[in-house]
Amino acid sequence: MNQPASYIPTKLQEAVNWAQKYSLFTYPFATACCAMEFMSTLGPRYDLARFGAEFPRFSPRQADLLIVIGTIVERQAPVLRRVYDQMADPKWVMAFGVCASTGGFYQNYTVTPGADQVIPVDVYVPGCPPRPEQVMDGLMVLMNRIQDHRGSVQREVGPTATATPILDRRRLPVLPDGTSMVLDKEERMPKDGRVR
Amino acid sequence: MAERLLDLLLAELPDAVVEVGSYLGDEIALVHRDRVRDVLTLLRDHESSKMDMLVDLTVVDYLGQSPRFEVVYHLRSTTFGHRLRVKAGVPEDDPTIASVADLWKSANWSEREAWDLYGVRFEGHPDLRRILMYGAFEGHPLRKDYPQNARQPLVRRPDAPPTDELTTRLRLHSHDRRVE
Amino acid sequence: MSLDSTGTVTPYSPSDELAGTIPLPPSLAAYADEPERLPTDEVIVNMGPSHPAMHGTVRIVARLDGELIKDADVQVGYLHRGFEKECEAATYTQIFPYVDRLNYVSAMLNNVGYAMAVEKLLGITDRIPERAEYIRVIVGELSRISDHLTCIVASLAELGGLTTFFWGNRAREHVWELLEDVSGARLTYSYCRIGGVAWDLTPDFADKARVKLTKIADYVADVRKLVERNRIFLDRMEGVGVISKEDAISYGFTGPCLRACGVAYDVRKDHPYSVYDHFDFDVPIAHGGDNLARYLVRIEEIYQSMSIIEQALAQIPPGPIIMDDPAIALPAKREVYNTIEGMIAHFKHIMEGIRVPPGEAYSYTEAANGELGFFIVSDGTGRPYKCRCRPPCFYITSALRDMILGANVADVVPIFGSINMIGGECDR
Repeated sequence: MNQPASYIPTKLQEAVNWAQKYSLFTYPFATACCAMEFMSTLGPRYDLARFGAEFPRFSPRQADLLIVIGTIVERQAPVLRRVYDQMADPKWVMAFGVCASTGGFYQNYTVTPGADQVIPVDVYVPGCPPRPEQVMDGLMVLMNRIQDHRGSVQREVGPTATATPILDRRRLPVLPDGTSMVLDKEERMPKDGRVR
Repeated sequence: MAERLLDLLLAELPDAVVEVGSYLGDEIALVHRDRVRDVLTLLRDHESSKMDMLVDLTVVDYLGQSPRFEVVYHLRSTTFGHRLRVKAGVPEDDPTIASVADLWKSANWSEREAWDLYGVRFEGHPDLRRILMYGAFEGHPLRKDYPQNARQPLVRRPDAPPTDELTTRLRLHSHDRRVE
Repeated sequence: MSLDSTGTVTPYSPSDELAGTIPLPPSLAAYADEPERLPTDEVIVNMGPSHPAMHGTVRIVARLDGELIKDADVQVGYLHRGFEKECEAATYTQIFPYVDRLNYVSAMLNNVGYAMAVEKLLGITDRIPERAEYIRVIVGELSRISDHLTCIVASLAELGGLTTFFWGNRAREHVWELLEDVSGARLTYSYCRIGGVAWDLTPDFADKARVKLTKIADYVADVRKLVERNRIFLDRMEGVGVISKEDAISYGFTGPCLRACGVAYDVRKDHPYSVYDHFDFDVPIAHGGDNLARYLVRIEEIYQSMSIIEQALAQIPPGPIIMDDPAIALPAKREVYNTIEGMIAHFKHIMEGIRVPPGEAYSYTEAANGELGFFIVSDGTGRPYKCRCRPPCFYITSALRDMILGANVADVVPIFGSINMIGGECDR
């Protein structure tokens, strides 16, 4: 009775976090080489099922962990953003491999320098491609973040566009304040001789 | 085997051929741009060549030379097993060449790719649009005067980490000795 | 099902006249006796670029009439990573990691193909140590097994056979373990060098490889037992995705997809390179050009690759693994650390790259998907002026539209799986 009034909600939140961290449904946004290593991670030898994150859900609505597996190129970036926006809260994002983290050794006209240019990312797993052990390590880091209630990225940038009007979905991606993230032509082109 | 191909070419279409030669075991024929269709049709249909496979089609950008572009066709015959490389120069001010998409179906996509990345226009192509880059992209990225890091992003988070400094540093340090 | 007067059960079929007796809603009553005039709308279905059954990043926009595909647009380029632009800025040795990531399922074969292209340009093709050639054959054929296994089990998993996926995955882990022993990496090896290979085989490699090969053969046999007499599998593979021999040649098909059309073209046999003329192996072909033919060719090639590896392990001679030429090969590490000459040679090698004489060369090898060509133009410096990769599956994917036209929309999945489109190679 001497506990502060927030005791029960806090404990409840911990219990929810505990449940969430062991029941991650993944959406593998597999584009490139890392997908082969992801297959191994799912496979019998490394068996990601031990961590409760084994079952790939290929529907963003049913997933709460988006794993960006492989290089994201500028052409793919709106697709990635769209998939992210379609996921329901709470959701987390793991960047699988250096290409998804920073663009890796592809620093050129077509490769987006990291998935975090487009979507917020919780955990970066290095490696080109990362070994399955590294992936599991990254997953456990994410689990700890979820338990500490630090992991959900959308808390940092506000709620995302799950409530976007249907008509606006064609102008993807749309930010919570209603503005679009799509760059227009002037913003897209390199400025003052500098490249971006 | 392949020397006979060059002889055939010189005998049948002597005015279309600029130069023939051989380098490292590859037979090469450099032909006039306007006659490239005639040459390729002959090579495909003649009974002693029968080059029924267009193995590859690509473009080389010799920036600063004339003609600037060179379209390179690699041909192979399934019947005889011989190969030939046919090249044709394309000037910078009029980067067009006849399409061979109706001779070989494989030319359809590879010509689209050549147009996308090098900006060489293939006259008579049924569906010449970008294939590897997106429609909003401007310029042709594999040309030597296109900077390596010049991205044209479609979407960015407003709070995305800036990349200018990183990519510029990379550009100064490592590569792109030809781009300035 | 219906019972006739004699009591025997006849299976129901849509063409059965019983179907005509199903009452139609009043709005469609006028069409009751003309079912083919039922009004239908065409639907545009967009598959990909992120789709569970599209293990590459391809986008197919299909116009459907009911279940049938009337028209389709196949769009690639969602993994265009600027391979050529990166190559123009890297030294010849630095390109190895980039070629690893072209066809990432069989990176060793890309390594070998690229190394041979540069060696052709340098004119040192016949000076490569024989042991290095044998090692290249062994690791290359292991990679081919890994590629075919991945193609087969991934497309089977998309057809619903998840068990085969796990078994194939286990077999692939055995291949990767061998390659990891040799190169230190599981997937992207960067193992070849210009003039040879980076490291020698481990002392127990041959014994280990023989054990692993029998295990892999067991897994492949298990997978085959599950599917090859399976009615569902056969129905979805047989006669689906047919492409004629002439079309296949015209589209520039090579590799298993061309051999499944009955054309026995294999670079290893027709233009023997490396030491492939020392081995006794067959080029499997199949007729029909459908999904099943492609599956059968791949299965048989796995066995042929195993046979090549066994022969190579028996024949492999001792000796150096990289050319003894300071202009091409890196100096040994003990010289780099202990002598000033070695240090300078190492520094120049890394900073300036291997000087390749000006010229151009097209070199082609048999990769897992077909003829993998590298067309390299050199301007005499340490970096290529142009390095073009002839991707086998780019040309195969260009025929995808023709293969899926007229098919059911569900058939797109096995057709796409059987052509083994690898995004990194197709889009480069």
